[in-house]
Amino acid sequence: MPGQVKRLLIFVVIICVLFVVSRVLLVPEGFGKYGHYRATAIDTIIALPINYAGHIVCNDCHDDIAETKDASYHQGVNCESCHGPSNDHVQSLEEDEIILPSAPRDRNQCSICHAYSPAKATGFPQIDVVTHNPVKPCISCHDPHAPDPPSVIGGCIACHRGITRTKALSAHSNIECNECHTTQDEHMVNPRAFRPDKPRSRDLCGKCHAKGATSETFTKKVDMTEHGVGYLCWQCHFPHHPEAN
Amino acid sequence: MSNIKREFDRRKFIKGCLLGGVGLGILPTLSKMHEVLGSTEKLAEYVPEIRSYGMGINVKACIGCGKCVNACEQENNVPKDPMYYRTWVERYTLLLSGETIVESPFGGSRGFTDTHQESKILKSFFVPKLCNHCKNAPCVQVCPVGATFTTSEGVVLVDKDYCIGCSYCLQACPYGARFMNPITHTADKCTFCYHRLSRGLLPACVEVCPTKARIFGDTKLRSSQLTRFFRQNEIQVLKGGLNTDPQVFYARLDGEVR
Amino acid sequence: MEGIEQLPEILRLASGYIYPNEAELHWGFLVVIYPYLTGLVAGAFILASLVKVFNVKALLPTYRLSMLTALSFLIVAPLPLLAHLGHPERSLQIFLTPQPKSAMAMFGFVYAWYLMMVLLAEIWLEYRIVLIEKGRTKKGLKKLFYKFVSLWDTDTSKKSIIFDHKAIHFITLVGIPSAFLLHGYVGFIFGAIKANPWWSSVLMPVVFLFSAIVSGIALVLILYTLTSLFKSRPIDMKCLEKLAAFLLYALLVDFSLEMLDFIHRLYESEESIEILGHMITNRLFISLIIVQMLLGTIIPLITLSILHIKKDMPVEFRRLGYLIAAVLIQMGIFSTRWNVVVGGQLFSKSLRGLTIYKVEMLGTEGLFMGILLLVLPLIILYFVAKILPMWQDDPVVDSGTK
Repeated sequence: MPGQVKRLLIFVVIICVLFVVSRVLLVPEGFGKYGHYRATAIDTIIALPINYAGHIVCNDCHDDIAETKDASYHQGVNCESCHGPSNDHVQSLEEDEIILPSAPRDRNQCSICHAYSPAKATGFPQIDVVTHNPVKPCISCHDPHAPDPPSVIGGCIACHRGITRTKALSAHSNIECNECHTTQDEHMVNPRAFRPDKPRSRDLCGKCHAKGATSETFTKKVDMTEHGVGYLCWQCHFPHHPEAN
Repeated sequence: MSNIKREFDRRKFIKGCLLGGVGLGILPTLSKMHEVLGSTEKLAEYVPEIRSYGMGINVKACIGCGKCVNACEQENNVPKDPMYYRTWVERYTLLLSGETIVESPFGGSRGFTDTHQESKILKSFFVPKLCNHCKNAPCVQVCPVGATFTTSEGVVLVDKDYCIGCSYCLQACPYGARFMNPITHTADKCTFCYHRLSRGLLPACVEVCPTKARIFGDTKLRSSQLTRFFRQNEIQVLKGGLNTDPQVFYARLDGEVR
Repeated sequence: MEGIEQLPEILRLASGYIYPNEAELHWGFLVVIYPYLTGLVAGAFILASLVKVFNVKALLPTYRLSMLTALSFLIVAPLPLLAHLGHPERSLQIFLTPQPKSAMAMFGFVYAWYLMMVLLAEIWLEYRIVLIEKGRTKKGLKKLFYKFVSLWDTDTSKKSIIFDHKAIHFITLVGIPSAFLLHGYVGFIFGAIKANPWWSSVLMPVVFLFSAIVSGIALVLILYTLTSLFKSRPIDMKCLEKLAAFLLYALLVDFSLEMLDFIHRLYESEESIEILGHMITNRLFISLIIVQMLLGTIIPLITLSILHIKKDMPVEFRRLGYLIAAVLIQMGIFSTRWNVVVGGQLFSKSLRGLTIYKVEMLGTEGLFMGILLLVLPLIILYFVAKILPMWQDDPVVDSGTK
């Protein structure tokens, strides 16, 4: 073997040995135990402190509130959703001074969820913050742990809550359900066997929306002889929906 | 959630922690927890074949309140600048003109204000986003040193003490779910609140979601809230064409969402 | 929108919708420099191999220049990467625990292979006699230094010199695929990211490779012309013509490949085409259309073609023409790297918006640092040339390469 190759080879061997030795010395302990990563990384992540205690712990002490809440519309809303992170509160129970979680009482808190937005699902209870009892704190009428409406509900709304709430925000808010749907009394007893009907002719809408109708001037009027002939109105429009504005 | 409950006796555990924590501050308590849940013991309990975490998202239920984003920030010490999010909420507004407007001001953490004239809207909805914890995670594939990895339960994590901060994983993530933490200078992302899972708790975003738009559980269990969610809805994943096999599943997702 | 004034400037300047985490660019100016430098290395080495493997005698005067240029640029190439890391002190982990599935993990090994087994070995064999001679004649510390770099070799026999030549030929043979690997690999790092439609392309490594060859030849042409000018050595016109000819061929191939990529994207018109078109006509207009395409490709292409066809122009004019074309090409290739690296991060992966990127002046990722890293290889080259004579006819040399 020529001399220069020998010298280069020695040089290469030294570097390779250095590389192998440093690998043995420097690769962190536990690397590759479960996969191509440090096993200790999992321990570090698991050991991170929590801030949200979770609703199960809350229920241990506040079982009375939990019971009320779980029977109400807010049954799916967990405590810390409104009261904020409360692990400090749980941890401080054994201390002299108990840290209390926040208890928001102003209108802004409820409106985070309940302010009207067209992007929210149809039927989700929403209000127009400006017109719905302005300035009054929500809790003066509604109990957040049992937020049922202040008056007893009956009639159609008892079952058709979603449609009723949506209609309440639409231009048709003042029209009663039975003005468009004829409903037999048996529907209340056996709803699926006796369904309410939907308008079968265009005349019903035409009463207000036909050209020459005597309704208010801001009500949109169309020429019933030309507009959408061959279709019933509700096949294109959504009378319950604010879109009908 | 019931599956988690089954494998960790939560009440007993928390009671134990409270007793163990008498006269001690929160940190010693945690180090104790760490001992209790030390990796070897924890994994001895695990049966990796039947455990595979995933999240279902019911798009129609999301009301864009942003509580999940705030809870995530508080639970995980996510930097406050409005450029770093482990989870965020997008609002899609499809106008009658055919235009689609997407917004996520402050990640949706401060809610959304109405900016479009209602009569011009065809429809509008919210979409929560987070790390998809892909089964074929491109971020795990590209990490040069093994600082990001998939645990046996299918959670993709970052080892912040080993990450070299090359940002290659950020480039590889198709969902924009990762960011460079400006304090640690390492990659950062959603962990499915792995530290909470190991204590038998739900991820913070799932805990606070008031409309149950987020459902967390084991994708392989025969009966769980998540399985029920799969049965009852048509499920889609984001950017399915990239073959990343996401473990965050969306129900009733609109085609405009990317 | 309420509170919009609290948003950082970058979010207010972004247009359309970007994912919240996408506002910041993560691979900035420094990562642009890295593929630019490795491109120069690969290009310069391939030029050198033309002499040794393909026996292009006319290019002999640039052989050593190309080798030493490749070495100086290769030494600097990892520095911008190192500087941009969040934790440069952890960079050695890439050697310790390389993740086998990661394209980037191979960087250390590809780099080490190329530096040790190709460039240093070839340069050592080429200069072995020179180093032994210097080790004999110099005194004191310098003597020790030369003894060390010659690895205490003393064999200057005819037989060993003949072996050197054979070995160099062999190393160059291995070196060409290695140089292809070095830079094609850099292209692969970008081309294999399926999440990014601007990068994800099979052509990426090939385009990188040919633009590397173009930039390497152009750089050697510039250095050869300038050193000759400053050292007032006569320029070997035959050599310069040959360099320019190879530059023209490489540029033609590079241009065709880039056009192919462009037309292919346009014809396929995938989901991303709208936002990419928007990006090219807005954010990248100057750097892509003006600098990369017009100044960096089309004008040099025309200049070189005219000079190639019309051989009867005066020598001074030709020399100036070649120099200008080469400088424009350098600008163009730098823009190419910029457009790939920065362009790939300007659009949102939601394909709905564009963010912005502004280079800072100071700081580790700033303009100043970038310029420093671009000048550093030239400074290193200056000192390397002090130790290793650049020109074949320098007095010490009798290696008999001729």
